[in-house]
Amino acid sequence: MMRFLLLFSRQGKLRLQKWFTPISEREKKKIIRDMTNMVLARQPRSSNFLDWKDLKIIYKRYASLYFCLAIESQENELLALEVIHRYVELLDKYFGNVCELDIIFNFEKAYFILDEFLMGGEIQETSKQIVNRCIESSDMLQEDDNSEWYEVELFG
Amino acid sequence: MSDVVEKTLTALPSLLSLDSQPGAAKLSSTSKLGNLIRGITELTSKHEEEKLIHRELASIKEQVSSPNTSMRQMKELMVRAIYCESLGYEASFSYIHAIKLAQQGTGLEKRVGYLAVSLFLNENHELLLLLVNTVLKDLQSTNLIEVCMALTVVSQMFPKDMIPAILPLVEEKLNHPKEIIRRKAVLALYKFYLIAPNQVQHIHNKFRKALCDKDPGVMTASLHIYLQMIQENAEGYKDLTASFVSILKQVVGGKLPIDFNYHSVPAPWLQIQLIRILSLLGKNDQRTSEIMYEVLDESLRRAEMNHNITYAILYECVKCIYTIHPKSDLLEKAAKCIGNFVLSPKINLKYLGLKALTYVIQQDPKLALQHQMTIIECLDHPDLIIKRETLELLFRITNTQNVVVIVEKMLEFLRMSTDDYTTIDLVGKVAELAEKYPSDCVCFSYKNYTYAPDNEWFIETMNTVFSLSGDTMQPDIPNSFLKLLSEGFESVEEDRKLRLFAVDSYVTLLKGETGKLPQFFLQVISWVLGEYSHLSEELKPATVLELLQKLLDRKQTSSETKSWALMAMTKLCEGRAGVSVAQQVSETYISSMDTVLRQRAQELQHLSQDSELRARVLPRDADLEPLEVDSSLSFLDGFVSEALAAGAAPYKPPHQRQEELSQAKVLSLEPYGLSLPISMSSCSIADRQSPTLLSMSSGLSGDSTDLSHKGGSTTLKFEGVKRVWGKEGYLAQKESVEEAVQVEAPSPLRSTSQQAEVVGSHSQTPTLTPTPEPEQEKQQLASSLFFGISSQSSVCLMGKSGPTPQRFRRKAKGQSSSSGATEQMSNSVVFTSTTVDNLLCNNPPDSTITSEVDVSSSKHTSELPQGLTAANGTCDIEAELTDSDLKGSSPPLSGDNGLENADPDPHENLDKPQGVCLSSHLPAELSGLCRSEITPLCTLQNLDLSACHVHREDTIVLVVFITNSSDSAVQHIRLDLDSELLEVSCVSESPAKDVRSVAVYLYSLTVRRPAVHVELAGTVSYQVPVGTPQTAQFSYKLPLTAFIRPLTVSTEEYGTMWLAFSHDTKQNLTLINDGQEPLVATLNVLRKKLQLHVVEVIGVEGILACKLLQDQPCLMHFRVHEGALAVWLRSPVPDLPDCLIYHCQRALQEH
Repeated sequence: MMRFLLLFSRQGKLRLQKWFTPISEREKKKIIRDMTNMVLARQPRSSNFLDWKDLKIIYKRYASLYFCLAIESQENELLALEVIHRYVELLDKYFGNVCELDIIFNFEKAYFILDEFLMGGEIQETSKQIVNRCIESSDMLQEDDNSEWYEVELFG
Repeated sequence: MSDVVEKTLTALPSLLSLDSQPGAAKLSSTSKLGNLIRGITELTSKHEEEKLIHRELASIKEQVSSPNTSMRQMKELMVRAIYCESLGYEASFSYIHAIKLAQQGTGLEKRVGYLAVSLFLNENHELLLLLVNTVLKDLQSTNLIEVCMALTVVSQMFPKDMIPAILPLVEEKLNHPKEIIRRKAVLALYKFYLIAPNQVQHIHNKFRKALCDKDPGVMTASLHIYLQMIQENAEGYKDLTASFVSILKQVVGGKLPIDFNYHSVPAPWLQIQLIRILSLLGKNDQRTSEIMYEVLDESLRRAEMNHNITYAILYECVKCIYTIHPKSDLLEKAAKCIGNFVLSPKINLKYLGLKALTYVIQQDPKLALQHQMTIIECLDHPDLIIKRETLELLFRITNTQNVVVIVEKMLEFLRMSTDDYTTIDLVGKVAELAEKYPSDCVCFSYKNYTYAPDNEWFIETMNTVFSLSGDTMQPDIPNSFLKLLSEGFESVEEDRKLRLFAVDSYVTLLKGETGKLPQFFLQVISWVLGEYSHLSEELKPATVLELLQKLLDRKQTSSETKSWALMAMTKLCEGRAGVSVAQQVSETYISSMDTVLRQRAQELQHLSQDSELRARVLPRDADLEPLEVDSSLSFLDGFVSEALAAGAAPYKPPHQRQEELSQAKVLSLEPYGLSLPISMSSCSIADRQSPTLLSMSSGLSGDSTDLSHKGGSTTLKFEGVKRVWGKEGYLAQKESVEEAVQVEAPSPLRSTSQQAEVVGSHSQTPTLTPTPEPEQEKQQLASSLFFGISSQSSVCLMGKSGPTPQRFRRKAKGQSSSSGATEQMSNSVVFTSTTVDNLLCNNPPDSTITSEVDVSSSKHTSELPQGLTAANGTCDIEAELTDSDLKGSSPPLSGDNGLENADPDPHENLDKPQGVCLSSHLPAELSGLCRSEITPLCTLQNLDLSACHVHREDTIVLVVFITNSSDSAVQHIRLDLDSELLEVSCVSESPAKDVRSVAVYLYSLTVRRPAVHVELAGTVSYQVPVGTPQTAQFSYKLPLTAFIRPLTVSTEEYGTMWLAFSHDTKQNLTLINDGQEPLVATLNVLRKKLQLHVVEVIGVEGILACKLLQDQPCLMHFRVHEGALAVWLRSPVPDLPDCLIYHCQRALQEH
């Protein structure tokens, strides 16, 4: 089971956080600090995995953004790496050539996509098409009832 | 199941019609969030950012609370609030508005509302309760997207107590026509299963339906639940193996829609999930394993592509192949796979390879040999995670020959480690290795020049461990170290040397800089010096005292350590110099605020002046004699019975008190999960629901054996208290077997020839090794690391099979004693339940009961040899008992079983004339039975009420007589009986509507809750033809003994029941001495007065059984001990043992 997913920039700025188990605010802050410090300090040519307490941290950098996923230690690290990759693919498909700015300015969309992809710390849907269909459907729901607001809504 | 592969992926149709690309939208230049973000990026200092955000938050705050803000604007505001929070600024004012938005918004607004809620609020946040209604409403919505949102938020964060409120709705969604809804519902239920498993138990069969769903997505989702359930109970799901195999076959064969492919690998997540499930099902089960060989082979074959995802599948396959019942050709392929991983230049794969190797190494040590050079390289890898995993691997292949090198490597890593978690883990492992191997060193020690571990190595390693670990160490490490030191090994001389070496090394340490030594270590040092410094001839007690005093004077020394040091000084204060130091020190601490310190100081002061007393209290080498621990605390029995007689409440074990407390608290939807640890709640549930689960709770009983161990694990208690009973029974025997195995393993024959080889390779003679320097080092390292395995793999493999399981056991033991009381508790639950199993299936009846007897006598032996003799002792006794009990004890008791006819004399004498005449009104079927005397209840104008109770075999009948003393008829008599403790049911009422002479009412009574005396309250109301209705109240009291009946059980059944019961009490009673054998006489009295069944009398012990109507058993165990009768009662019913003890006491007093 996955425990949390964090997205942060090379400067250590948090872009997205998802917690799959209840954690107190203080603990969250500490974890975010630990993660950014640990991951940003990694040497090149290291593995994509880290030990942290009893968890395994799987991280990967895409352009200027780090994706950092914590899993339980008996889980499969390579698979977790592919979870990250699939999420990036989903973002890419939705935003079209996704970049950090897309996620900064439309972070709620990034959350929605994640919610369709993972649920309760497990993979919910691995098909790109289906996830996208779900996101689009809720976008369009908005459009249905008030089309002149469409632009504003999406960019909100 | 073939439906699974059918492609039925229909999306929400109404939404498919539009073919736009909303995702392509880019950020709007005019949006407020855009402005905010841009504003922040333009700032130069943190201070400016703060100012900007505070301004922003103020403006958001103003707008959200304005009544004119539309939901649409609210949504936009909420997004900005989320952004500010994610930057680390608090926006708690917006939480309530987020909930409002989720409640009142539509579509995307609602979604943003839910998102904000899930980001802002924690699972325990009180505002979350406000969300429950919204979720309920949305779950019932006809809008599919709203249902989806509700399901998503439910699985994300939902208050546990509120699950029952929405559970039926979520359950309903399992039958929803849309697969996306079904899928989300399954995942939501999975989440519920994780946080509150007992609440979803009733829908297990619906999970099966989800597993057979025609949509592969729903099926995949259901596997999460299955994996979890199979992990908990593989036996229950073996029948599904074939289904899982066939699904996997279809997936691997590419029968799923192409949509499920990931980089042209068919549904990898699904494959991996299935393989994991299969490995759980096939573990230790040849027949089930055989079903899956083919598909595993297929998976291995298909996963050929060079991509991470295929490696992930391969890794899972390899693990599965090594988990299930082995098949040679699969193992071969798996081993090859591991080889590819380990040798891969890709660092991620290498890591996974090492992980796989660690997993399989115990079954196949040869694999380590094949990859030894890679392992050596990984040991110095710059990436810590690889290094760490390599150490883990080495840890598992440790043997006598390579332990020194491996421990050295681990310590090296420890010195660099900055992470507490890793340190604790590694320290535990090093200590485990160090403690495991010195027991072998006795036979090796004459070859000190070898790499074999010896005394010095052991002490020095432990010193490093102690000083590196800081104060984060698990307390069981110093505990077991001291235990090892005090119990010693086979040879007295070796033990002396070991202790002496420890003393010397500690004195050196104390003379140096002590500032950095952790408190744990200082405590260990203090104890060892106190106990063993006399072994050293050149060391004077005064020197040690001085060192200890220095320790006491240091500011950093904790008060716990100080009390250890004082304790040590108490042992050492000899001679005039010693006494004066002792006086000086004790004066300082005698007024300490810390009570423990003060006590130690007092002890020091007194004992230093009275050397005779000191020698008695603290004898030297005390640990050589077995320490007898009276864990039943029988020496307090007198005190307890006095207190009880004086009216004190009987002792209740903590779990019982807790339970009563939780019973008092009602109005919680999930009452036990919150206030109690899990094991507790399961215990209380079991008590009420099913008798088969009772065994769970017995470990929680007030069994003092467990309590004493609990004490041992939290404080440094090592003298004598030793775990005699373990998971598999008598530990001493087990350990002795292990010992034997260990001693066998390093056979001298083997070692002499190998020794030369090692020495050769380590002497670094350049002539022998022409290889370049670094390469040569590696070779050396390899030869020392893989020594036991490499040199003669066949012999060693045989040899290894011995130590390997032992390592497992050791480890488990360490864990069980390591952490605090709660874990101990849960462990003991497991322990007893397994013993119950064992008893049920293996043991002959006699041994069952004797083993119990042994527990009750609970003499702990502190040393292994003693433990062994004790074990033999029990066997002997057992043999004797089985002979004697048949001849000796039965004759005097075998006279009458079953219900005893009461001795009629007292009753008839006491019965008043009225009673005599009333008794004639007793119904015929009750007249012959034993009954109490008829007592008047109340007298009214025209009526007299009296009652008695009649003992029937299966029930107790209350007979109420209503006598009409007047001439006129009495009408409409109503009799209401009520009791908190009793359940009253009416058997028959007197048919007469109006009573002229005597009416008889019969009630049958059963006990709801036992008490020493149970009381009934009643109301009688009636009418005379002329006059107003009258009522009167009365009460009737009867002793609990009225409800006690003999319970006929065999000794074997008794043994099983004994273990299963959780409530117990112990007390000493006086024996009756009237010429006869006291035990038999006493038991006879009790049997007659209380109606007990004597199951068996064996020597000085007797077991009796009785039941409280209906069918609530209570077991009694009597043992003559030092002129008194020690009684131990057990029952599944709370309070019953205590009440019975009281009646036993009364019965004997009256006698």
